Amino acid sequence: MVRKVLQVITLLGWSVSVFAVDSEALEIVWLTQQKVAAAALSNLDSVPLDEGLQGAQLAIKDNNTTGRFTKQKFRLKAVRVPQSGNVENQFNELVQQGYQHIIVDLTADQLAVISAAAEGKSVHIYNSSVSDDRFRGSECRDNLLHMVPSRAMRTDALGQYLLKKRWKKLFVVVGPTKEDRDYAVALRRAAKKFGLKIVEEKNWTHTYDARRTAQSDVPLFTRGTEYDVLVVADEQGLFGEYLEYRTWFPRPVVGTQGLVSTAWHRTHEQWGAVQLQNRFKKQTGRWMSEMDYAVWLAVRAIGEAATRSGSLEFDKIRGFMTSEQFALAGFKGKKLSFRSWNNQLRQPVLLAAARSMVAVAPLPGFLHPKTMMDTLGFDRPESSCKLGN
Amino acid sequence: MKQVEKILAALALSSVLSISGADTVFVTLEKDNALAVVDGTTGKLVKTVDLGQRPRGIILSADGSQLYIAASDDDTIQIVDSTTYEIVGALPSGDDPETFDMSPDGKRLFVSNEDDDLVTVIDTVSQSVVKEIAVGVEPEGIAASPDGKWVVNSSETTNMIHWIDTGSLEIVENTLVDQRPRAVKFTADSQQLWVTSEVGGVLSILDAQTQQPIKKLTFKIRGVTAEQIQPVGIAIDKAGQWGYVALGPANRVAVIDVRRLEVVDYLLVGQRVWNLAFSPDQSRLYTTNGVSNDISIIDTKKHKVLKSVAVGRYPWGVAVK
Repeated sequence: MVRKVLQVITLLGWSVSVFAVDSEALEIVWLTQQKVAAAALSNLDSVPLDEGLQGAQLAIKDNNTTGRFTKQKFRLKAVRVPQSGNVENQFNELVQQGYQHIIVDLTADQLAVISAAAEGKSVHIYNSSVSDDRFRGSECRDNLLHMVPSRAMRTDALGQYLLKKRWKKLFVVVGPTKEDRDYAVALRRAAKKFGLKIVEEKNWTHTYDARRTAQSDVPLFTRGTEYDVLVVADEQGLFGEYLEYRTWFPRPVVGTQGLVSTAWHRTHEQWGAVQLQNRFKKQTGRWMSEMDYAVWLAVRAIGEAATRSGSLEFDKIRGFMTSEQFALAGFKGKKLSFRSWNNQLRQPVLLAAARSMVAVAPLPGFLHPKTMMDTLGFDRPESSCKLGN
Repeated sequence: MKQVEKILAALALSSVLSISGADTVFVTLEKDNALAVVDGTTGKLVKTVDLGQRPRGIILSADGSQLYIAASDDDTIQIVDSTTYEIVGALPSGDDPETFDMSPDGKRLFVSNEDDDLVTVIDTVSQSVVKEIAVGVEPEGIAASPDGKWVVNSSETTNMIHWIDTGSLEIVENTLVDQRPRAVKFTADSQQLWVTSEVGGVLSILDAQTQQPIKKLTFKIRGVTAEQIQPVGIAIDKAGQWGYVALGPANRVAVIDVRRLEVVDYLLVGQRVWNLAFSPDQSRLYTTNGVSNDISIIDTKKHKVLKSVAVGRYPWGVAVK
């Protein structure tokens, strides 16, 4: 008898604890791999070790504040694979354990591998780090959602601004990495789209040490063809900062340095952005980066879909998130939502200088039959990805 | 005898002035850290007075003698004499006060503290904090119902209206609304609550009895994209005839027939129109235009924009005496 009672109690206790883990809180994973510190151009900006993670933590807090009223709870599981570890194995393990919302800060190659592994499974991968257009095109997947703007969105934003300024003759400087070459591809596409002319394109092959050579290398390198603006493709930031003030002609620098296109910037304060900046700064003591913002958006997108659908179930959240009703407020003055044909989050792109917000694309005058935001990046008719339609 | 005549004449003159409805319009200037004082009848900027940092929400005390102004970055509510324009005191407000409202009896102030997800209740007599109420993320608009029953607060990131019972000072209901709710305003009979959703682009009308939506209004303006229509400030006349909604970067104020709950007109005002306030006799409506740095004056009988007056950088809140 006593035994039976004990059994029942154990059973009850067990079932209660299972309930607490599985259905009370929605667990969201943030997955990354420890990075090899990139060679720094200077010691000016320290690279935060918690980039992305802090965005997730703030958004979990936001979701839970709302959850107090909707009786929904959200928990963050942060997973950092060591440098020697295997990201794919870790990802598969997480999926096996039942995690269904996985925000990733990974390389393009890793993203390709895990999104292939997730094919056909009830999992959402939220990309917070990779801008490659191929993941919004030929390599798109229906459970891969992009929180960061694609390269095409970034170069289109820039293209709109250059056209508006009538800076139509571009001198393009391309760095040595694959990402830099991809950026140049996106730039050529934008130039064509907006009627800009690339009058010169050169690969940067010089040394990276400004203290020694920038003053002599850059004028020589940029001499020759007349142009309106110098566009630099240097995503790692290895030399781009050295171009400004050192070119042969007195011309502005735009692209990955100088005037940059980004989803978030510390100079952004319109549409209540100052509030998000303040909350983030209060939590971390530093500025919110683009990646922090992308991760914040991912967690908020999950929270918003859970609130509106009144459910923490994956299918309900997925259904709502990719529906026409879904709208996310992202402090950029417009409703953000996912493009149904490639799962890219449509959003305004900021054009920012180091200490001032210069413009926010889409710029007035660039019209679109559905939403002006779709003037940035691959629109439905030109996309090689045809999801959900 | 002559003296008496003089006094009588002065009295007559002053009564004439008050009958003609010489409005004094007070506008907070968020970027200038100042208060602009405008004569609403002549449309002239009378004076600019220095305030604390980032002044935003502004209301007039029940007797009209004092202004309460949220100096957001100084974490305080400043009290300004509405005749001499002198700062005469300050109230505790919690961190980063933005907007606030006063109970109908003038005894309590309800303040939204944007950074802390709180609504702070302040006793205006003892000048002390009565209670802090935890609400959703980024509390914004706040309104006390004229019947004294409710205080409601909108939270911009949570996208909810929180209904606070003024007796218990507890939240008793939450209503989910469209993205980024901003202003909240009760009708004079306290039966309806109007809520603007800036990013959602709609005006929701809630039934105060059930706290549920009655109707959702959207706005369509020829030549203006849907994305530019971002509803913010609300004003509803006491007669329950006309309601007005500022549409932000659409640079328009929508005129709404309160009985039919339909938009009947759009009035072109300055850029990024934000907040609205009536003249005491409600014959004029004043708008703050955040980007064009001016206010617009609207004739509410003819629904015509009479004039715009340059006031300073980032005009935010407006109150009229």
